[in-house]
Amino acid sequence: MSNEMVTIKNVTFEYTSAEDDKIAALRDINLTIQKGEFVVILGHNGSGKSTLAKLINALLLPTKGEVFVNGLSTLDEDKIWNIRQRAGMVFQNPDNQIVATIVEEDVAFGPENQGINPLEIRNRVDEALKIVGMSEYRKHAPHLLSGGQKQRIAIAGVLAMKPDCIILDEPTAMLDPLGRKEVMSTIKKLNKHENKTIIHITHYMNEATEADRIIVMSDGKISLEGTPREVFSQVDKVLSLGLDVPQVTELAFTLKKEGVDVPSDILTIEELVMSL
Amino acid sequence: MTIKIKNLTHVYSPNTPFEIKALDNINISIDNGEFIGLIGHTGSGKSTLIQHLNGLLKPTNGKIEIDDDDILSKSVSLKKIRQKIGLVFQYPEHQLFEETVYKDISFGPRNLGLAEDEVDLRIKEAMEVVGLEYDIIKDRSPFDLSGGQRRRVAIAGVLAMKPKVLILDEPTAGLDPKGRDEILGQIEQLYKRYNMTIILVSHSMEDIAKLVNRLIVMYRGKVAMDDTPREVFKRVDELENMGLALPQITYFMRAFKEKVKDIREDVITVHEAKKEILEYLRRN
Repeated sequence: MSNEMVTIKNVTFEYTSAEDDKIAALRDINLTIQKGEFVVILGHNGSGKSTLAKLINALLLPTKGEVFVNGLSTLDEDKIWNIRQRAGMVFQNPDNQIVATIVEEDVAFGPENQGINPLEIRNRVDEALKIVGMSEYRKHAPHLLSGGQKQRIAIAGVLAMKPDCIILDEPTAMLDPLGRKEVMSTIKKLNKHENKTIIHITHYMNEATEADRIIVMSDGKISLEGTPREVFSQVDKVLSLGLDVPQVTELAFTLKKEGVDVPSDILTIEELVMSL
Repeated sequence: MTIKIKNLTHVYSPNTPFEIKALDNINISIDNGEFIGLIGHTGSGKSTLIQHLNGLLKPTNGKIEIDDDDILSKSVSLKKIRQKIGLVFQYPEHQLFEETVYKDISFGPRNLGLAEDEVDLRIKEAMEVVGLEYDIIKDRSPFDLSGGQRRRVAIAGVLAMKPKVLILDEPTAGLDPKGRDEILGQIEQLYKRYNMTIILVSHSMEDIAKLVNRLIVMYRGKVAMDDTPREVFKRVDELENMGLALPQITYFMRAFKEKVKDIREDVITVHEAKKEILEYLRRN
């Protein structure tokens, strides 16, 4: 069996503006994501990140080219539900994703729609809540939870569908520092312990440092790709793409410019402490 | 213009099973020309607090005084208060509704009953401050702009009211780093050039550290700290227990101090850290 989770082949996506102009949000993209990979997608607003995510989940269909999820083409209408079950999506605003008034009912919503038998749903809900660390809140009302907790419930809802791949579109943008930490450690756990393929879109550079691979989008194209170390060591290029580097990377970069002998590919606090 | 928040308590859904005390006896005094950061975990009361400052919410107990007048007394016009105290909500671009950028920004000043040429002048000025080119953008539909541009249109709409105090609730949430730096740079200009009082609500400790000169920390409806960012960010354990954090650079300096001892750890920006380390290397 192929080891490819997502294959994007020569994909262009165009939409029509209010003035009837055709605008290409993605232009001739080629990308392969392996099973079990933790990929972070960075890029300026309007670079095509979210469009890419929606194409993988078959919420959008390519204008040209083809997207495969686990070998299934998103153009094959009969397979759409199969694809959405395999590649689940978590969005930015937790309040827009929660449908039920009790946490466990919310998590059960997906599998219920799939027509899974109730006993199996019970097991899946319990397991999903356990993985995101929210078991003790299963009888709570979602709207009274913190932002980070709500996002973890949304992730549990996706997990209950037993996906192979989870796509998260800026899941931490609206959260406080603790909420961000909770969601990030949940994502890492899903990748390391549950072996889920993770595609994480973010504007927080610190969240990208632990990924297997970073993909930088710019104006509908992939403009930079590599391990976090390879990407963030190109400080000038990253800045010119409207992005940022972690503060310690920036510090190492400016110190080096002043003639201090530090490596140019610092990613973490520990690395910079060690090298000074 | 001074704002005094006196013994402010706010209870949502009082006398019901859903009763929640969102603010608990808050006392804060804000002087003209301050640049204040307001931080706290989700649900700590930040948004409830700022909605009291222009009378969108009424206190359960206590009061808000602006230049020594209670804003809820009959002699004070709330309309005037709302013109002086501009509030930019979270995701303000969701509130754009007009056909063109020009019409959207003009909505507030027109409602003030200003003459057309004054309205026009204010739109030009507001667009300039937020970095939107008047000739190119004014006739476009707000819905055809990028997310960052839409947000700046929304902020321009508030600026066109010529407020003395500008309150922004997470103005950079969801923006890319460049868009974030642009908006923060413009906010800094409003403070420096136009001498506006700014209250910035944010979850980004890095941004707060770079900008504000006073930092108020809310925790469970109370003011937990009120000091300069440098002093606040020294209280690591307390902040972390409140679900907050330090800027990454401050964590780095603390770790570096453990190794070399002879260096300051109360550094809160990359610029300061660079200076400290270069001096340290010269000494050693």
